[in-house]
This record gives sequence, structure tokens and C-alpha cells, in this order.
Amino acid sequence: MQLREKAASADDIREAQRDWEQMSLLPFMERRAERRTQFRTISGTPIERIYTPAHLEDLDYISDLGFPGQFPYARGPYPTMYRAQPWTMRQIAGFGTADDTNGRFKYLIAQGQTGISTDFDMPTLMGYDSDDPRSEGEVGREGVAVDTVDDMHDLYRDIDLENISVSMTINPSAWILLAMYLVVAEERGFDWKRLSGTVQNDIIKEYIAQKEWIYPPRQAMRIVRDSIVFSAKHLPRYNPVNVSGYHTREAGSTAVQEVAFTLGAGIAYVEEVRKLGIDVDDFAPRLSFYFVSQIDFLEEVAKFRAARRIWARVMKERFGAKKPESMRLRFHCQTAGASCTAREPLNNIARTAIEALAAVCGGAQSLHTNGYDEALAIPSEAAMKIALRTQQIIAEETGVANTIDPLAGSYAIEKMTSDIEREVFGYFAEIDRRGGVVRCIEDNYFQAEIADAAFEFHKRKERGEFQFVGVSKCRDDTQNPGLELHHVDEAASSRQLERLKAVKARRDHAKVERALAELVKVATSDENIMPATLDAVRARATSGEIVNALRPVFGTYTETPIF
Amino acid sequence: MPIKVLVAKPGLDGHDRGAKIVARALRDAGMEVVYTGLHQTPEMIVTAALQEDVDVVGISILSGAHMTIFPRVFALMRERGMDDVIVVAGGVIQEEDRPKLRDLGVAEIFDADATTQDLIDGINRLVQERGRDDRRSA
Repeated sequence: MQLREKAASADDIREAQRDWEQMSLLPFMERRAERRTQFRTISGTPIERIYTPAHLEDLDYISDLGFPGQFPYARGPYPTMYRAQPWTMRQIAGFGTADDTNGRFKYLIAQGQTGISTDFDMPTLMGYDSDDPRSEGEVGREGVAVDTVDDMHDLYRDIDLENISVSMTINPSAWILLAMYLVVAEERGFDWKRLSGTVQNDIIKEYIAQKEWIYPPRQAMRIVRDSIVFSAKHLPRYNPVNVSGYHTREAGSTAVQEVAFTLGAGIAYVEEVRKLGIDVDDFAPRLSFYFVSQIDFLEEVAKFRAARRIWARVMKERFGAKKPESMRLRFHCQTAGASCTAREPLNNIARTAIEALAAVCGGAQSLHTNGYDEALAIPSEAAMKIALRTQQIIAEETGVANTIDPLAGSYAIEKMTSDIEREVFGYFAEIDRRGGVVRCIEDNYFQAEIADAAFEFHKRKERGEFQFVGVSKCRDDTQNPGLELHHVDEAASSRQLERLKAVKARRDHAKVERALAELVKVATSDENIMPATLDAVRARATSGEIVNALRPVFGTYTETPIF
Repeated sequence: MPIKVLVAKPGLDGHDRGAKIVARALRDAGMEVVYTGLHQTPEMIVTAALQEDVDVVGISILSGAHMTIFPRVFALMRERGMDDVIVVAGGVIQEEDRPKLRDLGVAEIFDADATTQDLIDGINRLVQERGRDDRRSA
């Protein structure tokens, strides 16, 4: 080994790289050109041929990376990460009635799943009861139907709510479902203070990307604010909001937009709660996040690390947070539905495994892996089993969980992490300049940014710059997968209607009316709506009744669509 | 006169990525495009198609509710005498439901791997086959 007097400076490295380009690279490329003139990530970000320490000149180890569990949390939110325990393996499930989904939960727990995640059907997500005319054809189809707290009881029957964390994917009507969950816990004798779990409750990304809404954005923000404030007081282990980038990305955004719009939403929630004069450290520790893990492995690992560093800096510098827990970003992750193909669906197992590996190398706290049938139907039991096994193989067999943040220090990863951070802060400045997140929603700013990115990616795909194997590349028209798909139980809808009828028949109507009237009164004032919602739920008011009672108070929302 | 297309998004779900890409691609190809926005009922879609006097209605659906939505759309169209309007479908449509949709009168089903050019060509062909000039001058 050649001895040097001191380590090479960035200039030395750049000079050496120029020499290498002249001496080795160019002559080589004359004989054999590269595959493309420009390489890009799936998000369209140009990527260089090679990265060196010269790219990381401005990176300071202590202040930019540090140690896991310490500011700025780039290397992980906790000091031990997966050496203490692996991430929570949390497969989402939901179809048919509460009983049907309860069966799937028990199957997944028996297979070694360590958390529960619930998908509700479209009517439940939009605040329509199963017997509403708008619900026809959709009851129990894309998720489980929940109309009253009695459905919620059956959904989590026999599940120990103090010892397994339960996540609920629900947004515009989230506060009602949270109330139902709390009433179930109360009626089964569980201590609210011991409940751990998450309700998605991220209304901002609904207007941006997922497009499930009831009330206008400003009124909806007040509901989210109330649930965060209530939760900070009564539910010390519960995450009252899961600020989500998954849907933004699936709608076609880039990785940078995913992080920028998601953390931008986080900033908006913090500002909304702080308007009440509540100290940021009193609620910020329970804010949680949710990102996709797409197929571009390096970009995704960098994205997760960048998101943690950005949030830490925002909380410390923008909001003056003092508690470490307020600055440390924790996130759930799901592999990318949009990366799954309907053709040759078993290829999705490979894609999902790579995406799951990126999530783990990026330091996710909890993970859902998609079934190979993701592009075709609600996942079958067999598809979910392989998806869960994929996570278990990563945890038990690959060894990546044995050392923390294993890809740190890769020149490429660190450079991409820093670049994503810089671009995200650029978006924050633009959002502020435009008057904040809610104003940007009203002005269709996010929606237009995402539509442009989605269209651009589609064009790249059609030009062959991005190929899906088995679809546009290496296509085999002879094979027939013959997969057993989840069968939609057409009778589930009528069973649900019967259940709803039975609850309505046995409840005390006068009590329901009183509770709804009180809720309307509270909503009209600026008081917290959670206690009155809990009373309505206890009286067996339906989700749709609660939503409808508040429509005259909060109004309704219609998007002016752009394309 | 350019071909006029209504891109419609029925159901309660918000999966509008595909619908918006299609709307933009058809517009870029010189067609006149009206996009309904999300959460449309069959009544809203048919009313919009009638008011806008479109040649083609493209319905994008990923929620699985297509066997509820399409029969109603066709029933309403028949009621209003809109027999000359071409209906095409896109989204997630299971293989077993495709013949049923065709029997109802869906002229073409575009799946997820269809390119925007496939769509443009398909719509041009369908409109030509239907003889839209005769219809407009009638």
C-alpha cells in the first residue's frame, strides 16, 4: 500500500477523477458506449456515473449524520434500531364485514405478524353508511364496512388491544373511527393510556392525492387538530395522525415531492395545533409518518434518511422543539402498488422484496409488503402469506438488520440524501411563498405538480426510458398465471345491511338524537369535538349520521379538477 | 370538428392518476376533452355526456364496482336516446367481467398496459366506424 502524507482533498480526488476519465474511461467508451446518454432515477433525477468523497465535501459527519437516536436522526430514530427488535410487520387487511376481516387478522397473527392494519371500504372512508344510495356496489369491496361501534367490536374481537398495535387507514371520517376504537377499548375494559396504535387521519394528502374528503380543507384541519389535542391529553402511546406520502407518490409524484408535500403537511398540522397556544413538545412526539418504498432502491434509501434529517431540522429550527422525541421521525412503509404489474404477477414478489429491503435499509419502524396480486384484486391469503414471509426472511436471514443504517457512507447514498434534502427545503420555501399548505391545496398547486410528474413518467415509460419487465421488456405472451384471486363475497353487502338494521332497531333513538344535537353545538363553537363524538358513538350513532349532522356546520367540498 | 370525449370517474375512490393522464393525452392529440372530476354517479356522468354532446364517454374505474356502474350508465343513456355515444372503459377490470361489459355495450376496454397511442388510435377508429360526421349533420 502506498503511503500518503495526508488524506486526499476533494480537489485531489476531482483531479484524479479527471485523469481517470481521460486515461481509462474515454478510451473504453470509444470501444463500447454506455447504454444511455443520461441515467435517471425513477423520479427523473439525473444520476452520475460514479460518486466519490469529492461529492460529499460539504457533509459534516457529526452535524449531518451523527448517531442513531441522536439529532439529526439521519442514521435512525432509535439508538439500537433492529438490534433490539425488528420493525413491526404490519400487513393491511380489510374486506367484507367485520367478521370476515377479523378472520384475516387472526390468520396473519398466527403467521407471525406483529401489528394490525385495517383497510376500510370506500363508503366508510367517505362517511357514507352501508345503506346510503352512494354506497351501492362498494360495501365491503375494497375494505371492511364499519357503520357503528358494534362493527368495530367485531372487527377487533379477541384481539388484545393493550398488547398489539392497531393501525386504521381512515381519513375524512377518522375522528369518528378513532372514537369508535376508544369506545371498544372502554367497553372491553382496556386502559386508554395503554393503547398503542395509529389512525391515519391525514386530511391534507386527501386533497393532494388520495381524494377522499367530506368537508372543506380548513374545517377538516380543525377536526384533525381536535383529535391531535385530545390524543395528546388522553392517549400517551397512540399516534393520532400518520402523515402520508404513499398516496402522493402513487398518484405519480417524484420522491422529492413525496417527502416535501408530506413533511409540508406535517408542518401545517404543527402550525394548526400551535395556534391554540399548545407547546410543540406536548404533541409533536406522537406525530408519525408513512412513505412508500418504490423500486428505485438507492433513491428510496436516500429518501428515508433525508426525510428524518429534514424533519429533525424543521422541528428544531422552525418550531424550536426541545424534546428529542419531537424531532425524531418515525415512519410506516408500504411497498409500491404502482410498481406491481397485472402481467406475470409472480414477478411482483421480487419487486416487493427489493422494496422491502430498501425500507429496512432506510430504517422503517413498520412495514406492509404488497401481495403479488396487488394489481389485480384485494390480496388473497396466499399472497399475503408470501408477502409476510418476505419480511421475515429479510429480518431473520439476510443480516441487514444486524448493523444500523448499513448503507451510510456510500458516496452515492449520502450525495442523494443531501440532494433530496436540499430540494425538499426548496419546496418548503415555495409553499411558504404561496401562503401555506391549505392555500396551495385551494390553488391546485400540489395537484398540478403531481399531475405533471405523473404525465412525465408516463411519457418516459412510453419512450422506453423506463421498462417494466414482463410487460414492455421481456414480454411473454404465451404464459397464463392461473392465480387464485381473492373472491369478492357478493353476500357480504346484504349481511352488512342486516347488521346495520339490527343496531338501529335496538338502540335508544332519543339518546342518539340528543348526542348528535350536542355534537352539532360543540362543532359550531370552537370546542374540541372528540368528547361529544365519543358520546354519539356510545349511543350507537352511525358514522354516516355523525358526518351528516355536521355537514350544515362544516359545508362540503368539491374539487375543481385539473389535468 | 374535433372528436369530443368525456373522461369520467365514477365511484367513491380517488384513483384519478390514469384518468388524468388519459385526459391530457387525448387533449394533446387534438381531441376536445371534458373531465368530470371524482366521485361521479352514473346520473351525473350521463347528464354531463348529454349536455356536452360528446362522441365518446371514457369511464375509468378501479374500485371493482364496474358491474354496478356500467349497467346503470347504459340504462340511463338508453332512456335519454343516447344510442350513438360510444362508451369505453379503463382501469382494473377482471377477465371474467370483460365479456359482460362488452354485452352491455362497452365498445373497448383499455387495460393498464395500453399506451396513450393505443387509446388515441382506438378512439379514432371507433368514432370513424360509427360515422360521426353523419351523426353530427343529422
